[in-house]
Amino acid sequence: MLNIIVFLPLLAALIAGLGNRALGNVAAKSVTTGSLFVSAALSWLLFFQVGFGDTSYTQPVFEWFRSGDLVINWALRLDTLTAVMLIVITTVSALVHLYSWGYMAEDPDQPRFFAYLSLFTFAMLMLVTADNLVQMFFGWEGVGLASYLLIGFWYHKPSANAAAIKAFVVNRVGDFGYSLGIFGIFLVFGTTDLSLINETAGEFQGRTFEFLGYQVDILTTLCLLLFVGAMGKSAQLGLHTWLPDAMEGPTPVSALIHAATMVTAGVFMVCRMSPLFEAAPAALTVVTYVGAATALFAATVGTVQTDIKRVIAYSTCSQLGYMFFAAGIGAYGASMFHLTTHAFFKALLFLGAGSVIHAMHHEQDMRYYGGLRKEIPFTFYTMLIGTLAITGVGIVGVFGFAGFYSKDLIIESAFAAGSEAGYVAFAVGVFAALLTSFYSWRLMFLTFWQTPRWNESEHIRHVTHSEDRTGTGGYKPHESPMTMLIPLGVLSVGAVFAGYALYYPFSGEEQGAAFWNGSIAFNVELMAAAHHVPLWVKLASTVAMLTGLAVALVYYIWKPHKPAAFVEQFRSLHAFLMRKWYFDELYHYLFIVPSLWFGRVFWKRGDQGTIDRFGPNGAGWLVERGAGVARRLQSGYLYNYALVMLIGLAAAAAWFLPRAMGGE
Amino acid sequence: MQPIAESIGIAAPELVLATGAMVLLMLGVFRGNRSLHGLTYGGVIIYAIAGFALLGDAQSELAFDGLYIADDFSAYLKVLIFAAAAICSIIALPYLVRARSDKFEYPVLIMLGALGMSMMVSANDLLSLYIGLELQSLAAYVLAAFHRNEASSSEAGLKYFVLGALASGILLYGVSLVYGFTGTTDFRLLQVAVTETPAVGTVIGLVFILAGLAFKVSAVPFHMWTPDVYQGAPTPVAAFFASAPKAAAMGLLVRVCMDAFGGMMSEWQQIIAFMAIASMVLGAVGAIGQRSIKRLLAYSSINNIGFALIGLAAASELGISGVLFYMAIYLPMTIGAFLVVLSLRGADGRPLDTMNSLKGLSKTRPGLAIALLIFMFSLAGIPPLFGFWPKFAVFNAAIDAEMYVLAVIGVVTSVVGAFYYLRIIKLAYFDEPEGTVLPQESRVNGALLAGIAVFCSPLGLFLMGPITVAAARAARAMLTF
Repeated sequence: MLNIIVFLPLLAALIAGLGNRALGNVAAKSVTTGSLFVSAALSWLLFFQVGFGDTSYTQPVFEWFRSGDLVINWALRLDTLTAVMLIVITTVSALVHLYSWGYMAEDPDQPRFFAYLSLFTFAMLMLVTADNLVQMFFGWEGVGLASYLLIGFWYHKPSANAAAIKAFVVNRVGDFGYSLGIFGIFLVFGTTDLSLINETAGEFQGRTFEFLGYQVDILTTLCLLLFVGAMGKSAQLGLHTWLPDAMEGPTPVSALIHAATMVTAGVFMVCRMSPLFEAAPAALTVVTYVGAATALFAATVGTVQTDIKRVIAYSTCSQLGYMFFAAGIGAYGASMFHLTTHAFFKALLFLGAGSVIHAMHHEQDMRYYGGLRKEIPFTFYTMLIGTLAITGVGIVGVFGFAGFYSKDLIIESAFAAGSEAGYVAFAVGVFAALLTSFYSWRLMFLTFWQTPRWNESEHIRHVTHSEDRTGTGGYKPHESPMTMLIPLGVLSVGAVFAGYALYYPFSGEEQGAAFWNGSIAFNVELMAAAHHVPLWVKLASTVAMLTGLAVALVYYIWKPHKPAAFVEQFRSLHAFLMRKWYFDELYHYLFIVPSLWFGRVFWKRGDQGTIDRFGPNGAGWLVERGAGVARRLQSGYLYNYALVMLIGLAAAAAWFLPRAMGGE
Repeated sequence: MQPIAESIGIAAPELVLATGAMVLLMLGVFRGNRSLHGLTYGGVIIYAIAGFALLGDAQSELAFDGLYIADDFSAYLKVLIFAAAAICSIIALPYLVRARSDKFEYPVLIMLGALGMSMMVSANDLLSLYIGLELQSLAAYVLAAFHRNEASSSEAGLKYFVLGALASGILLYGVSLVYGFTGTTDFRLLQVAVTETPAVGTVIGLVFILAGLAFKVSAVPFHMWTPDVYQGAPTPVAAFFASAPKAAAMGLLVRVCMDAFGGMMSEWQQIIAFMAIASMVLGAVGAIGQRSIKRLLAYSSINNIGFALIGLAAASELGISGVLFYMAIYLPMTIGAFLVVLSLRGADGRPLDTMNSLKGLSKTRPGLAIALLIFMFSLAGIPPLFGFWPKFAVFNAAIDAEMYVLAVIGVVTSVVGAFYYLRIIKLAYFDEPEGTVLPQESRVNGALLAGIAVFCSPLGLFLMGPITVAAARAARAMLTF
């Protein structure tokens, strides 16, 4: 069954990709979408078997390669962690496939798009079912490739190409760390097998190696290297710059890859290696701080973005920060819980945003939306559900939307961890929750409330041909087709109930331990403590959420002129946030300018000046000169020829004469 | 004293050729130049009979009191020589007729040359070596000047003769030195007489003998005659020079080195290695910038001899079988290339020889262009084609003998050489035609060209098994007797 789940998408990708135009749009779409739905159905079946039964196994496929002690097999590993990822991936992927029928309906390259989507799904499944680091790296790079291909899907747009390359290059930095981590692990453990590493991690705890005269902890180093990889893939602070730009890809791609699945690969990897990380407390502290910093950073930037997809992108980045600091404090169950619920509501928000963009004729700037509530009611209600879920609306002890359970659990766990890093993470988490609430509602109010400002948009004017820049311009937004609305509906159900339904299995003390069944380092004490934090801690995030909502209400409903005045007053702060804390500029001067300079030096001085000059060109010059000399020697005069012969003869005789004499 | 009848039996191929040449000459004298075609094809029959006489030479046998040897080694080379001589006399026919020099002596001279070569590869004594060499050379001098009314042909003949005489003199001088210091000219006895610490005279004698033989294989620095003679001589004669005598002289060189002077291996290895490197480099570099195809092919043959010498420099059974294998592939490649040149005729019917006449050949004569493509890729040693394998064999032998420098230089010069081979293909395939090229006039030549092209194409690889087996057997026979 696991085989079918994993390889069906690959098969579909191959059929759709190789068949391409010959196959036709409908066939390609049917094959890929159909196989994904089959995969999804089987995944749910497996999920219940594994999560609430006692099935977990590793299923070998075949040997991949063997080199000395290094033996790498293809094998599919199934345990609870994998099963959770399986349902997330296949469900969201299947829905996104379906959604794309409507969203991509007018695209001329649909088979290619669907083939990429399925290829991505296969790579992601490969990543989560890997039973050794090398195979995981295969999936890791596979999703990177698919992400690159899909961000640059509209390759005629220069901005899409630039974004694709940026995503690829930034990820390369992370992958470098990750691959170093794999090498190091093989060096230390002598294997890349995940279960072996996790089982024996404790033996190496506290061991050190000498580096430049310092004693460095081995496991901390390894974990940090792996974490660099996770940072790249999961867009954590420092290596996050590619994610917002990745929004250049089609919106379904953003929903699938850059919200629900690929970007969570880093979180998954840390959870997968959780016993190893547990043995390296210093590394976990780093993870906590980086996660917290990302959560805060991304949330602040999200408050000022005007592009609807970018707001959600920063939101994703921020939520990933939550997941990481949850992992950092040892609450892997909470981390995975949030990963799962987040996949539903963030995919919902993205697909909802896609529906809005679809309705608004490709306009993505929220400043040109407004009043869409009545025009596209279904999209509105589903996005409202998504917003309620991400902001974490709920009443303690009664019921709440998905985020209410998962995010609050993270915040409570951070408090319960009791460490310094935990308290910092708690404070940041609460504040970021406020910001989350603010930017989420800001998005909603700007899009669905207020008065329509549609005709300010160039895209809309394109259709209306009206030069009046105020109001609707006579534009009629249209609700999306059923293929797009059904996924929204399904995901809404997830966003409403996922938290409620999965809370105890994922994080209950005994239930959690039974559910996870050793697939992650489930910390029962921490979870118990998290469930019994003081009431003010439990309420803190709800208060923060309400505060954010209130501010958004004031600024975007009751006094819509306020934001402009605020910006006027705090111009530099706004610019700081608008420019994303100047990360791109910093990187530009820190890395891009010097590397371009280096590149030019190597190109002009090194390649052209040295290698070409003395290599190919030099050899060419030498041969040319040689040919000239040879031609001149070949004078045509008999005595010259005879002379050359005799010189040759004399030289040979002279060469041997002293040797022969010496021999006697 | 060996009974003469026994010796005659062993030397049957040479006797067939000698008698055949006399008969052809007589017929020619009585029937005049109109008999050219008849004599040519009669000659082919005689080659076939001579080749038939080679059969049955299972083990190595000495004749004429050790002056002559018949073994697998000589039989292998004789097959190549006879085949090349037969083909070279056939392909010349249309050319000679058109050039109004269709004299009946042509096939006779070729046959006498072949007889000399046959003697060379069967020589087991420095004196029989010289006899064979001179017989071959005298025929060749006349052939080079065959267009005696044309200044270029006469000049080629004269140059060849003067330099050849000088080389022969050097060779003879070497022979006399060796005889003076060892007291024998018999290879068998020399093998015993020549030891690890030879006398000065013997060393100098060896140097002189090698110089004389190097002239025949046109190894650098004794190559100077090659470009001039190839260019000046009639094209079919150049094709002959580039093929059969090379195989014969190479075989002779191998036998002299490995057999007679096996004891002085470290000495001659240095000379051969130097000549190999110099020939490869000069052959590759000198060909660049040539405007005449025949001249270019002359440098190509110098270059190829350099590669073949690598095998000899390795001085192992692997190396010798590599040399023999090399010659078996090199001969068809070079004859094929010359055949393409022979097939080039301008609008006025006169033969073309300039590189520019190849321009746009793919459009005017697509079939010929494909054959040219195959020969050039093959000569350049591009893998799927046959020409790659002999190079591989000799490089392999060099590496096996731990002569890495030689192998590396070989590979580098082979890359440089690829430049001009590829340039010819570029001219034929990517340039616009300049003037017209008349179609093939002789069906026989066309068929031969096609056959040789197929041999050099990847299809020829089916023959690789038998050829390598035969080469290995020949090498073993020569080394172990």
